[in-house]
Amino acid sequence: MLFEFAVVAGILFGVYYALLGVGLNLVFGVLQVVNLAHGDVVMLGSYLAFEAYYAWHLNPLWAVVIGVVPALVAGGALYAGVGPRLARAADPEMLSLVLFFGISQIIEALATVAFGNNQRSVPASSLGAAPLRILGERYPRDWWVVAGVSAFVLAALFAYLYASPVGRATRAVMSSPRESAAVGIDVRRVSVATFGVGTFLAASAGVLGVFLLGGVNPTEGVSITVTAFAVIVLGGLGNAPGTVLGGLVFGLATELTQTYASTWSGLVPYVLLLVVMLARPKGLLSKSARVA
Amino acid sequence: MPPASHGPKPVPSRQGPAGRAARQLRRLGAGGISDVGAVVVPVAVFLAAVHLYSNELLLLNMLVYAVLAQGINVIYGFTGYLPFGYVAFFGAGAYGASLSIIYLHVPALLAVVLGGLAGALLGALLTPLLRLSGAYFAIASLAAAEAVYEVVSNPSLASVTRGPYGINLVTAYNQSLSYDAAVALLGLSMLGVVILRRSRFGLALRATADDATSAEMAGVWVVRERSLAWLISAALAGLAGGVFAWAISVFYPTDVFDLTISVFAIVFALFGGVGTTWGPLVGAVVLYGIYSLVGLSDPQYFQLTYGLLIAALVLFLPGGLGSLTRGLRGHFKGAPGGAR
Repeated sequence: MLFEFAVVAGILFGVYYALLGVGLNLVFGVLQVVNLAHGDVVMLGSYLAFEAYYAWHLNPLWAVVIGVVPALVAGGALYAGVGPRLARAADPEMLSLVLFFGISQIIEALATVAFGNNQRSVPASSLGAAPLRILGERYPRDWWVVAGVSAFVLAALFAYLYASPVGRATRAVMSSPRESAAVGIDVRRVSVATFGVGTFLAASAGVLGVFLLGGVNPTEGVSITVTAFAVIVLGGLGNAPGTVLGGLVFGLATELTQTYASTWSGLVPYVLLLVVMLARPKGLLSKSARVA
Repeated sequence: MPPASHGPKPVPSRQGPAGRAARQLRRLGAGGISDVGAVVVPVAVFLAAVHLYSNELLLLNMLVYAVLAQGINVIYGFTGYLPFGYVAFFGAGAYGASLSIIYLHVPALLAVVLGGLAGALLGALLTPLLRLSGAYFAIASLAAAEAVYEVVSNPSLASVTRGPYGINLVTAYNQSLSYDAAVALLGLSMLGVVILRRSRFGLALRATADDATSAEMAGVWVVRERSLAWLISAALAGLAGGVFAWAISVFYPTDVFDLTISVFAIVFALFGGVGTTWGPLVGAVVLYGIYSLVGLSDPQYFQLTYGLLIAALVLFLPGGLGSLTRGLRGHFKGAPGGAR
């Protein structure tokens, strides 16, 4: 009974973790950039949900929609600004790592200035109060709502990647930027679009994270980035569909340790990340994963 | 003392220690004198500073950060591996030193050495991370640091590590001796970097950082040299952690495993310029100085400043401040681009 509860919770959280990681993975797959500011954008998304609920008296889920345009524009503009300079550098990978580390510090500082140091949260009842009863267990309703919205955003992302022209071009760039350029794809434009989409995915994960991650504070970015990284390493770097599997494995692992060895559950993301990186550096689905 | 020789003119041998010292200095050349200065001057300045300036805690933190920045220099400047989780070794050193005082009742100075050993042991344990490259290594080391923190601060281990309740070393507290130990440690780290810059080992490391395959072909045992640099860097952080624990004597796991410590050490090293002797020290002194002036009351503005600073450095001055002075010096000497 405890076990079934943990498994269902693990799946619900797993779908959410997939959303949390997929933006980071998309950006990595296309741009070969580890966006260390990913977690900080997630944090900003959480504050957007907070503001939507308290300042504008909306259902906090509206923040997902409100965030679309600002995230696409800000992300795209940022990459359009720094991308060419990074591409010219001698060691773009290391340079981008340090650059996005700096950007993450900037976002964290600005968020502290704007929102203060306190932990903020949005009541779960804003998504409907009564717990859901499924298979004889009672689950907080917000878990189901968050998993549902996450699944919807993920489905929209895969529709974009597999059925739209820009998405097809994005996947082409993921498999080979050089050959994509050779067949006439504008790699630079695809990169800018991808960074925008990745930023939106992070922000929407933040809106939902205000429920599942237990609120928001300006310094949570780093640990979220590490968590997201653990998810995408599990699923395979640069492998967007693999991220869903990675999220599910990650969700189940954290929920099961939470249930059976709660003091050690904080260790799970880090140990999973290290073990998978060292033992299966190409992810659990290594056959279909790219060489990172 | 005569200035350093400008040519290979043989020096007539003179008797007496002074003559021998002068001869050795000549053999070392101008670079040798500045290398000796790189060790002696910071030590002398910090020893004097504590008598001229009353805020000893600020000086101590500056010393600790200077050592950590040099540790980052050893691993990042010479091998290109950037450990975001560098603080793990600092924390391991702090706990190694503290627990050996609490359980083994060793004198504090020995405990600091054991702290360095704890850092090196953790480094040895994490050596497999060196198989990862670039960003993967950086993030994996971050995860490792968080994992170590989760273990040390775990309430389930409170009987061993005191878990989240922290450490109290008041009985071992010795303000002036711990400060002197920190100064000595800075001297040691400066000496280490000086040696690294002049030795075959350092050259091998840099060759490895430039192109590991070519270095291996040229006879460098890449894995061994890189692991050695990693252990040296880890031991430096461990020693720094040990001195820090002794000097402040009451602390919590969050104080010594704070990721901000990694962040500061990396920022200070990058700001001054990695791969140089003075860069990390200058970065630590200047930026920590600014931090303690404006940052303590409004840390977010300091964070904003250094975030902008990093972004600007990466985009416009990837070699750190050091590359700026090198550029100027080249200009005055009439190097490429300069007037003749």
